Amino acid sequence: MFTGFFYYLRSCGLKVSLQEWLMLCEALDKGLAGASFLRFYQLCRAVLVKSEADYDKFDTAFVQYFQEIAKGSDEMPADLLKWLDSPGQTPNNYDEEIAQLNSLLTPEEIEQMLRERMQEQDSEHNGGSYWIGTGGMSTFGNAGNSPTGIRVGGKSMHHRALRVAGERKYRDFTKDRALDIRQFQLALRHLRQYSNRTDEEKTELNAEKTADATADNAGTLDLVYERPRRNTVKVVMMMDSGGSMEYYSKLCSTLFQAVSKSNRFKDLKIYYFHNCIYTHLYTTPSCSYAHSVPVDTVLRTLNRDYKLILVGDAEMAPYELLSDRYPSAGGVRGLDHLLHVRDHFSHCVWLNPSKGDDYWYIPESYTAIQKEFDMYYLTVENLTKAMKKLIAAR
Amino acid sequence: MSAPAKQEFKGSNEYVASQELLSAVNIAMTLEKPLLLKGEPGTGKTMLAQSVANSLGAKLYIWNIKSTTKAQDGLYVYDVVQRLYDSQFGGEGVDNIEKYVHLGQVGEAFESEDRCILLIDEIDKADLEFPNDLLWELDQMEFTIPQTGRTVKAKQRPVIIITSNAEKELPDAFLRRCIFHYIDFPEEDLMRRIIAVHYPKLEQRLLDQAIAAFYWVRSLPSIQKKPSTSELIDWIRALTYSGIPYDEIQRQIPFAGVLLKKNEDLDALEKAKERRARKF
Repeated sequence: MFTGFFYYLRSCGLKVSLQEWLMLCEALDKGLAGASFLRFYQLCRAVLVKSEADYDKFDTAFVQYFQEIAKGSDEMPADLLKWLDSPGQTPNNYDEEIAQLNSLLTPEEIEQMLRERMQEQDSEHNGGSYWIGTGGMSTFGNAGNSPTGIRVGGKSMHHRALRVAGERKYRDFTKDRALDIRQFQLALRHLRQYSNRTDEEKTELNAEKTADATADNAGTLDLVYERPRRNTVKVVMMMDSGGSMEYYSKLCSTLFQAVSKSNRFKDLKIYYFHNCIYTHLYTTPSCSYAHSVPVDTVLRTLNRDYKLILVGDAEMAPYELLSDRYPSAGGVRGLDHLLHVRDHFSHCVWLNPSKGDDYWYIPESYTAIQKEFDMYYLTVENLTKAMKKLIAAR
Repeated sequence: MSAPAKQEFKGSNEYVASQELLSAVNIAMTLEKPLLLKGEPGTGKTMLAQSVANSLGAKLYIWNIKSTTKAQDGLYVYDVVQRLYDSQFGGEGVDNIEKYVHLGQVGEAFESEDRCILLIDEIDKADLEFPNDLLWELDQMEFTIPQTGRTVKAKQRPVIIITSNAEKELPDAFLRRCIFHYIDFPEEDLMRRIIAVHYPKLEQRLLDQAIAAFYWVRSLPSIQKKPSTSELIDWIRALTYSGIPYDEIQRQIPFAGVLLKKNEDLDALEKAKERRARKF
């Protein structure tokens, strides 16, 4: 079998497992690909690729791998076919002399020339009389004016698969999979405190209490139900948005999605701030005045038992954090605003997408904030640690 | 192993599928693996199962997943409360536990005498670990009920179709066992075929205008929830009843509320229409 393809896919970063590869072998054994290259491509993709985010990676790898094979066996490389399928121009370049010359060639000679030309040609040529291209006077290509020649591309059906794969229509879905949402979600699971003191209906049968109650009732059945146990953890997340945080937008959006989609918390509130918290928080990441709420209003509506997660890179100009004369600070140092928010809640962690050493020096604000907050550099492992910290009794 | 009579799914009169989707269905059926379908809402993931069932003449079992669904619910439910009540009032057959074990959709599908279709709809709605809890059952196509000691084993391996709206990432171990297909949003010519199935006698000019307007709305970057096939079909129905002159459809986009469900999107559409009007 073509085991090389398996390793090639893996080296391209696709997580193809042996199990899936064997499944593909079985499918080929059962003749699912038929004799069609297109169906072979579809089969490989259906069996080996498990996310539309990987379709593009797979398409690229497929084209590359089989393009090599195509060269070796005198078949048409995919790119070549693509130029031919979309002629950029239709020139009026019929040349009597070349036409006469071309008509004298035997098919064998033309084939030989094509082989040579394919090795020489490395770009798109339309309308000429030498290279392979469309609308030209050479003996190769399609929609051309030469009386004899080899049709290259156009309606011919072979290698359609390479063309389909070469289109790369799934490019938009590609995402960096280094950090999985799922991994984050699993880490977030540590943030739980089960309790049956909820306001739900009593739906779970308690066998022990039922037996007791029935016995007390002189043997007449008395069913005892209890409230199901649920996670009672309430979370408030405040995210730094804009400015230096742009570098980490992908990481932060993964975290955001993991938190907001986990729907395991009893309540989840999300606010945004820019660089540092002052007198107002914002309900949208754009931090516009129209969506601002005073910090004190927010704190009034949230109990002490909310778990506070701050997300930010803690990088800002020193005066933004440490000067009480900074315009938006309202007469109080930014750091004191932060401490005010921190002390309102019983538990608080600071998740930082940056290690603090991305610049030539560690910013002053970073050190100052790190001194006051439990700061974690945002990785899956540290997220787990941070969540345990949030749940631990103080 | 004798080869079973080869059944192939070729699409049906009421469901138009792309060639890629058809081959994915057939791969899954031949390899006897679950087919996992992902795609934008409204691309007909659920409809596909119905259509496969119809074209194979097989029975369809639908297991709708909710956020509270547990893996066991699909296999069987042991109705202990009913049994307690029955024992109290001396009902017949209380000794027979079997009477109180009710098979779920998966159990029913396994017990079925003929090959059937099992649709596990919106698997991503359930808990994070849900798919992992079903690995063995879907692999081996059997499970044991501890209360009775009975093993339910699939008589004919059912064709399993699983849909997901990508609300949650599914675990790798689960994905490895599936055939995967992502349903693309239909391109224009496929869309015309789909509409022809729903409205065979639609006027060509209305169709042209509606499709042009529809793809224009979808192409707007400011729209958050893009309209899908099912919304287009509803919209065309509204257009045919309204009797609006065809040439106005693309300019005015009447009944935009059928296509767009969010207030923000409707506002965005109004703005886009103004911009377009200024351009011409």
